[in-house]
Amino acid sequence: MFNIHCPYCGELREEEEFHPKGQAHIARPADPAACTDEEWGDYLFFRDNPRGIHHELWVHAVGCRKFFNITRHTVSYEILETYKMGEQPSFTAEYPQGGSDAAAMHPAQVAQQAGVHA
Amino acid sequence: MSQPNRLSQGGRIDRSRKLHFTFNGKRYQGHAGDTLAAALLANGVDIVNRSFKYSRPRGIVAAGAEEPNAVVQLGSSEAGQVPNVRATQQALFDGLVARSTNGWPNVQRDMMSLVGKLGGQFMPPGFYYKTFMAPASLWMTYEKFIRKGAGLGRSPTEQDPDIYDHLHQHCDVLVIGAGPAGLAATLAAARSGARVILCDEQEEMGGSLLDARERLDGKPASQWVAEALATLAGMENVTLLPRTTANGYHDHHFVTLHERRTEHLGETAPLRDGHRQVRSRMHRVRAGRVVLATGTHERPLVYANNDVPGNLVAGAVSTYVRRYGVVPGQRLVLSTSNDHAYRAALDWLESGREVVAIADARANPDGELVEQARAQGIRIMTGSAVVEAKGDTRVTGARVAKVDLDGFRVVGKAETLDCDTIASSGGYSPVIHLASHTGGRPTWRDDLLAFVPTLVKGVSAAGGAHGIYATAEVLADGQHAGGQAASELGFQAVSIELPKVAARRDGPACALYQVPHEKPTLRAPKQFVDLQNDVTAAGIELATREGFESIEHVKRYTAMGFGTDQGKLGNINGMAIAARCLNKSIPEVGTTVFRPNYTPVTFGAIVGRHCRELFDPERYTAMHQWHVEHGAEFEDVGQWKRPWYFPQVRADAVNGELESMAEAVARECRAVREAIGILDASTLGKIDIQGPDAREFLGRVYTNKWAKLAPGRVRYGLMCKDDGMVFDDGTTSCLGENHFLMTTTTGGAAGVLEWLELWHQTEWPELQVYFTSVTDHWATMTITGPEARKLLAELTDIDLDREAFQFMDWREGKVADVPARVFRISFTGELAYEINVQANYAQHVWDALFAHGEKYGLTPYGTETMHVLRAEKGFIIAGQETDGSVTPEDLGMQWCVGYDKPFSWIGQRALTREDTKREGRKQLVGLKPKDAKVVLEEGAQIVLDPTHAIPMPMVGHVTSSYYSPTLDSGFALAVIKGGQQRMGETVYLPMADGQTHEAEIVSPIFVDPKGERQNV
Repeated sequence: MFNIHCPYCGELREEEEFHPKGQAHIARPADPAACTDEEWGDYLFFRDNPRGIHHELWVHAVGCRKFFNITRHTVSYEILETYKMGEQPSFTAEYPQGGSDAAAMHPAQVAQQAGVHA
Repeated sequence: MSQPNRLSQGGRIDRSRKLHFTFNGKRYQGHAGDTLAAALLANGVDIVNRSFKYSRPRGIVAAGAEEPNAVVQLGSSEAGQVPNVRATQQALFDGLVARSTNGWPNVQRDMMSLVGKLGGQFMPPGFYYKTFMAPASLWMTYEKFIRKGAGLGRSPTEQDPDIYDHLHQHCDVLVIGAGPAGLAATLAAARSGARVILCDEQEEMGGSLLDARERLDGKPASQWVAEALATLAGMENVTLLPRTTANGYHDHHFVTLHERRTEHLGETAPLRDGHRQVRSRMHRVRAGRVVLATGTHERPLVYANNDVPGNLVAGAVSTYVRRYGVVPGQRLVLSTSNDHAYRAALDWLESGREVVAIADARANPDGELVEQARAQGIRIMTGSAVVEAKGDTRVTGARVAKVDLDGFRVVGKAETLDCDTIASSGGYSPVIHLASHTGGRPTWRDDLLAFVPTLVKGVSAAGGAHGIYATAEVLADGQHAGGQAASELGFQAVSIELPKVAARRDGPACALYQVPHEKPTLRAPKQFVDLQNDVTAAGIELATREGFESIEHVKRYTAMGFGTDQGKLGNINGMAIAARCLNKSIPEVGTTVFRPNYTPVTFGAIVGRHCRELFDPERYTAMHQWHVEHGAEFEDVGQWKRPWYFPQVRADAVNGELESMAEAVARECRAVREAIGILDASTLGKIDIQGPDAREFLGRVYTNKWAKLAPGRVRYGLMCKDDGMVFDDGTTSCLGENHFLMTTTTGGAAGVLEWLELWHQTEWPELQVYFTSVTDHWATMTITGPEARKLLAELTDIDLDREAFQFMDWREGKVADVPARVFRISFTGELAYEINVQANYAQHVWDALFAHGEKYGLTPYGTETMHVLRAEKGFIIAGQETDGSVTPEDLGMQWCVGYDKPFSWIGQRALTREDTKREGRKQLVGLKPKDAKVVLEEGAQIVLDPTHAIPMPMVGHVTSSYYSPTLDSGFALAVIKGGQQRMGETVYLPMADGQTHEAEIVSPIFVDPKGERQNV
């Protein structure tokens, strides 16, 4: 059972309080009508299944009800960071040790998960 | 009642306390401090079970969790039955009743053993696959026979009288195992101030120190254990959990500890102060750091007939002698590959019994213990091993021969030694099970001849768990691990004083797993690898010959490491044999994965208090008690208890017989269609939506238009996922320009709220809107039927004029003097008012309605009548008519789709995908059975040609089906391919019983197709 740091509550809480909602950072196309059927199908149905770093959308369902993102390693299940909606991850496939450029712009906003990531 | 194998002194038992117990119907005596296994050995009980496949007699082999044979059924009463208990882990209590789980008619005289004797070929590896491939129809016959033969215990058929708890715990450092490493780790971590939990699966903490020959600070090791435990018990930041097994290591240092609080006291928990004690606790521990001080399991050697009772692992012999004062035989032969096992011979000799010889596979053993054995005059046969045990129900001799380890062969002639016990040791395997649960594949170390754990962050191993065996080093290693864990969490490490232990010089061990025999493995007497699953060296060799090269495949083919055993004794030996056969090294053959649970856990412990009425939360409406008092039958809808129907005493009742469900529902339906009914609709989900962008938001999440809905008006809406498929529906009312009240299906309430939040928070955070669940705050009572207006008029100040308060309007006012919102919406097709009041006023309003409603024939109805009435009107239920593959158009609800809304609402784009536009999609229709008496089966498949050869092309299925008292006929809703173009056609429903029903495709609206009745 995961131990998840809710970036809104600022606390580590048990997984039972959360629901996973699939891959993060999947934006709905701004103009769906302009999408081909294939593009729309990709948006709806196709998801990554990486061995390694994965960005996931979760919701603190029986807590603050806020949606947020988790960067999780799919082999070790280690949670590398949790961050609020609208923020970018620090740990990415290109930057497995953290410090991707995007995150460098908001270092203070990225809550590194205490207790799990040593 | 003598105990022939009990020593007159020594051990940690209390000889003054005699305990009586029964094993397989025979009474015995043991002492306080015994395990069941120790007491059985003390009484000279050789056979404790029959083996799984060959039904061979089996005795006790080990002294702990790794025991494969002595798996017993406990319980003197039916309710007290406990299966799968290891006798080596069960403390003896007075009155204990145990029996073997295998063996018929009994373990001494077993009929099934004929199977084992009639040539081992009857059950070769892969037996199940090979023998039962065909005919499949006979499997059921075989299975019963095999299950009877296999017998792994049984569960009680009566209710468990015991109670079980779950505890949620947090700690800085969790130390698993209270041997020398664990005690030192706990002392070090605790001294630094960290909160520490120390757990240990045995009756007593201390681990190997409880039977160690070493002295700590010049005193017996057990004395240091007692002092260390006293120190720890006095520390506020330390929790000691004896009799507690760490069974599973889950994600992020979440460890489940199973604490057995009363199993050493009796088969059910005794009372204390008149209350039954908690039998066991499941501690759900979230730890900052974890130290695995789980020690080792000794590997037995694999030689011919190594399963005959009287064959034990060497360390177990020492444990029984030193800890329990039990010598399990008279004359011992020890077969070993290492120095440490010499303890068994020394302990045996010191207890006054004969050590016939030590067969040491090494050419020149010269360690300190070897020297001690020589000095005691024990015969040491170097370069040798026991190649075969003699005897049937007990060892009668050991054949010892010189062995060529590299050539895997016996050299020279074997000598047969007269003995009744053979102890063997092939080295030590760190207990890596918990580390394995975290996903780390263990690493083979040639210097240790063992797998050591691969650890994830935050976990460390100490002592034997990662191959450090000498007591002095183990203590230091434990101290280091405990201090390190605490300091990683920010605690200041404090040095602790460790006891002084004389270092011992051990010679190197040699690699020996399977001992060669004069005959090739396949023809030699059986050499057992996994005693619990009856896997032999020959079986593994055969598996490799048949092409199974991965150890994972070999395991599954032979069943090695299956069952409650999980390969504790046998896996490494099995891998070594596979490696030999495949001419590979052990790590090349693979590693092995251990999964939770480490040892069996009873269901009671897993369930805790989450059973019976506490299994799942139950939700009640404000009028629940009234429903109960009026005889409602209830239906579970999600967690809600909803009245299903209200059976009344039958008109022709003699002894107060109640109506059947069909009779009650027919009466309730007629009341609504002809007079007035009332439904408790409080469970419908209610979401309060406010904000300047609330209207815009509704337009995006519903399929239809919301831009022009005026305050005071109500609209029905459909919700789709972005794939265009309907997932919920309900009405939403405009309470004010920026204020709406959405209703959802009862089961969908939580999901819809999360759905709204998802879109608001992740896609449209710029919209100013917020959502509040108000389901529980409002009670909803629907009064419906031709008399509804008359009844409500008696109780409200709201103007009910049909022009002033129209269908799909809502009004605020008072009902029965209570502030209320009244919605004129209808799920029955009749005139209807949904009265919403604060939940804590609801019973008052409900009572007032009945006080005034009796003269109109006000009849309470439940969900079943609600379903019939709505289906007669063709109203869908999301989740019944829809299944995630149905679009609004499939439902014929184009009227509820805003095709030209400016924003691309959720689901709109999908409606123009090729698949959603294609011909032949399943569409909602009505079905009228040709025989009015038939109520079609929900879920029944629909075909166009019942004479078609099987498999018939299926064109759809029934989604809802009831008997309608209004139509006096069965009727149904269904989805049928191209159904909307097939009106009037006849379809067929072939049933499992061979009947075929005929039905006509009709409009899904069966009653009042023009919708006039709700507008009166």
